[in-house]
Amino acid sequence: MLTNFAALEVGQHLYWQIGNIRLHGQVFLTSWILLGALLVFISLGTKKMENDPKGLQNLLEFLWDYIRDLARTQIGEKVYRDWMPFIGTLFLFVFVSNWGGALIPWRLIKLPSGELGAPTADINTTIALALLVSLSYFYAGLSNKGWRYFEYYVHPTPIMLPFKILEDFTKPLSLSFRLFGNILADELVVGVLVFLVPLILPIPVMFLGLFTSAIQALIFATLAAYYIGEAVEEHH
Amino acid sequence: MLAFNLFGATEGGLFDINATLPLMAIQVVALTYILNSLFFKPVGKVVEKREKFVSNNIIEAKNKLSEVKKLEADLLTQLQSARTEAQRIVSEAEAESEKLYKEALELANNEANASKEKARLEIESQTSVARDQLSKQADDLSELIVNRLILEK
Repeated sequence: MLTNFAALEVGQHLYWQIGNIRLHGQVFLTSWILLGALLVFISLGTKKMENDPKGLQNLLEFLWDYIRDLARTQIGEKVYRDWMPFIGTLFLFVFVSNWGGALIPWRLIKLPSGELGAPTADINTTIALALLVSLSYFYAGLSNKGWRYFEYYVHPTPIMLPFKILEDFTKPLSLSFRLFGNILADELVVGVLVFLVPLILPIPVMFLGLFTSAIQALIFATLAAYYIGEAVEEHH
Repeated sequence: MLAFNLFGATEGGLFDINATLPLMAIQVVALTYILNSLFFKPVGKVVEKREKFVSNNIIEAKNKLSEVKKLEADLLTQLQSARTEAQRIVSEAEAESEKLYKEALELANNEANASKEKARLEIESQTSVARDQLSKQADDLSELIVNRLILEK
């Protein structure tokens, strides 16, 4: 059984060597395919913008509205405009990666090593996203409030200082591992089930996986927005 | 180098962190700029233009509605005054016609009375004339009778 499980190739990567640098090729391959599809979709939808939206434009406007609401409720009326593209990109990137990983039968494409899958099932991707979120909330806080941003660390009482500092580490850690763990676990569960019972049984789990994927994208974007909102919030 | 490994494995593993991380971060930042110019800005422009259009229309409609209400109230007061005016005119005309009717009635009455009086006077005079004649004839007759009686004796 364990040898069969190993056939799922957990932790195997398609390595690309560029000079001294090693990359996980499968992550970039899938992300380029998915982001390419996303960009084509968006270009098609925004090609002919009308005041009276039709078809794709309608869908994109709905998406835009959804992201704006998310950013506005978490970040607040004052600065949400500056951060909406970033939050939206996080949401779209994670969502497209998760769903693309779950919906497209990547397994049919054989690689010399490793296998194609959701880019968000690779720890590098999720840590990259989480660190970007950390950088952005620091930048948001410092650019909006200057040095007064650090009042946040002692805000209700100075006793909070160690916890708030700890939070700066736990935030990216939890963000990255939550996404990574959920998507990887989903891929593994579906993989194992498909391997054990190739018919019918994996389908509900696949649907559950789609649900998880969407929820994780929403959670990631919402938390990112919340952290930025927390950093720019004025304490009185 | 950028390549380092959390768990000490030399090759592979779930937690194999390497240059994929910074490159992916750069890719996401680039994607943010691309999506901003390709998606968020243009769609936002259209949506906000429409929202502005809609809210402007709502404000305009509200203004028009209040104007209409004002005009309606104006018209209502005008209608009210016109109605009272009409009532006044009608009652005036009624009074006028009543007066004219009374005048005409009085005139007619007077005329009728006058002609009645005239007729009565005429009747009276003719009665007296007739009575005079009658008495004269009676006188003549009695004289005649008297003369005849006297002559027969």
